[in-house]
Amino acid sequence: MYQPPQVRPSEITPEGVWQQRRRIMQAGALTLAGGALSLALPWPARALTTLGRIRPSPLSTREETTPWKAVTHYNNYYEFGTDKEDPAEQAAGFQTDPWSLRVDGAVHHPRTWALEDLLRGQTLEERIYRLRCVEGWSMVIPWIGFPLADLLRQADPTGKAKYVAFETLYDPKRMPGQRWPILKWPYREGLRLDEAMHPLTILAVGLYGKVLPNQNGAPIRLVVPWKYGFKSIKAIVRIRLVEEQPPTTWSLAAPREYGFYANVNPEVDHPRWSQRRERRIGEFFKRKTLMFNGYAEQVAGLYRGMDLKKYF
Amino acid sequence: MAGPAGITARRWFKPLVFFTALLPLAWLLADGLTNHLSANPIDDITDRTGIWALRFLLLSLLATPLRRWTGRPWPLRLRRMLGLFAFFYACLHLLTWLVLDQFFNWTEILSDIAKRPFITLGLLAFLALVPLAATSTRAAVKRLGPQWRQLHRLAYLVPVLVVIHFWWSVKADIREPLLYAMLVALLLAVRLLRYAPMGASRSSS
Ligand code: HEM
Repeated sequence: MYQPPQVRPSEITPEGVWQQRRRIMQAGALTLAGGALSLALPWPARALTTLGRIRPSPLSTREETTPWKAVTHYNNYYEFGTDKEDPAEQAAGFQTDPWSLRVDGAVHHPRTWALEDLLRGQTLEERIYRLRCVEGWSMVIPWIGFPLADLLRQADPTGKAKYVAFETLYDPKRMPGQRWPILKWPYREGLRLDEAMHPLTILAVGLYGKVLPNQNGAPIRLVVPWKYGFKSIKAIVRIRLVEEQPPTTWSLAAPREYGFYANVNPEVDHPRWSQRRERRIGEFFKRKTLMFNGYAEQVAGLYRGMDLKKYF
Repeated sequence: MAGPAGITARRWFKPLVFFTALLPLAWLLADGLTNHLSANPIDDITDRTGIWALRFLLLSLLATPLRRWTGRPWPLRLRRMLGLFAFFYACLHLLTWLVLDQFFNWTEILSDIAKRPFITLGLLAFLALVPLAATSTRAAVKRLGPQWRQLHRLAYLVPVLVVIHFWWSVKADIREPLLYAMLVALLLAVRLLRYAPMGASRSSS
């Protein structure tokens, strides 16, 4: 039988409080540190316990955010179970300390980063983005992170670099979902270099002003808001710059259903779901799905002249 | 089942099964009212009514083999009720989709039926259940005579359609539909094998 997840009341940020907090941040009182927050909250010990200064971003949407409880207790993360409420439960004890992230391939400066080093001196931003799942539901999530472009510039891609390939941790002992060959593990994703360098594309390490919960892809994940959610790979251990379009997990599993690009597109249906509309979590009536998830103004240029029905 | 104890047991048996069969609905309502569904409750309601419709289909298919193995008549007395509960949960499942999920958006509904194979199969399964439910009364059995049996062979087709519907509705994790597919295969296989300790002449699958 279904057991309600055990969440301490203190872990839930009431909407009102959070909105207020956001206003404070936007007003410029930016010293409100994630550190102070996480000290006040009973998070298990891990490498990342503080986020430091968080800057608001003009790229954020003003839409109402999806409550913390829904964002952290309803998502797909097959490494921790295939039900949407599994990750919150099964990732609870996931150890993310120590964590290293290898950046290599067609770059001048390959490097294995310890997570702490990667974040040292990095000014984190809050990016409130819409997230559209290929299954027809959506959320609005206040991520904390930094542009992927920052990291890629440090690695300094060579002229051969055309694509970026990402890989999730593979460790069936720590990720019980990997004990079954439901998908081809480890989870892989990829972007074209220009998509990866786009200012909207971020690596996220936090959510709602706090360190990223395990079930949402801790300690570091990708967020590409104009693509379906499955492109935003979680718990990344490797980023490789490559010359050829890299294989990606869901298009390996069902090439007819999931393409490499996976841009949110109401005109291109998934065989199992119409993509014309979506249900925003918490709402009853479906809303119209927007081209590129509402980010057309910023990203449509990346795909000029491409047949998006073919490159879905 | 002789004696007063047997008669009392018999009198209480059907109502007991009846109320037990309503428990999944009661659970669903309780979870809904106490905020124990997920952040996407409409999806939960769809899944839970669908899975219970399938489970009752399987239970109704179990009646005949159970009768044979136990040599007792009670499984057959439950068969109709179990089948009707399958139909009941299937109706809730369909209504959830039409009302809560699509909210009578007929353009989307028709386009889904035409374009999504898993929906098409679900609808076929449902349409096949309708005449079964409609001819489930004693009067209908009498009226239709031998045709009733022919018609009710549809009861073997429906779970096959439903399992494919289920299979095509999942993205990658086929473990659960696979389990149900095996159960359906098993229940149909025992009919083909027909090793009937009670004597084949009296079998009524
Ligand atoms: C027009 C008729 C039907 C429609 C439109 C329909 C629609 C759906 C939808 C939308 C889902 C959810 C898929 C998902 O979670 O992504 C589903 C799942 C399911 N349906 Fe149906 N369905 C129909 C008929 C039936 C019938 C007649 C049965 C059984 C007697 C049935 C049993 C199931 C089962 C077992 C599932 C899987 C539940 C789970 O994932 O746990 N469906 N159906």
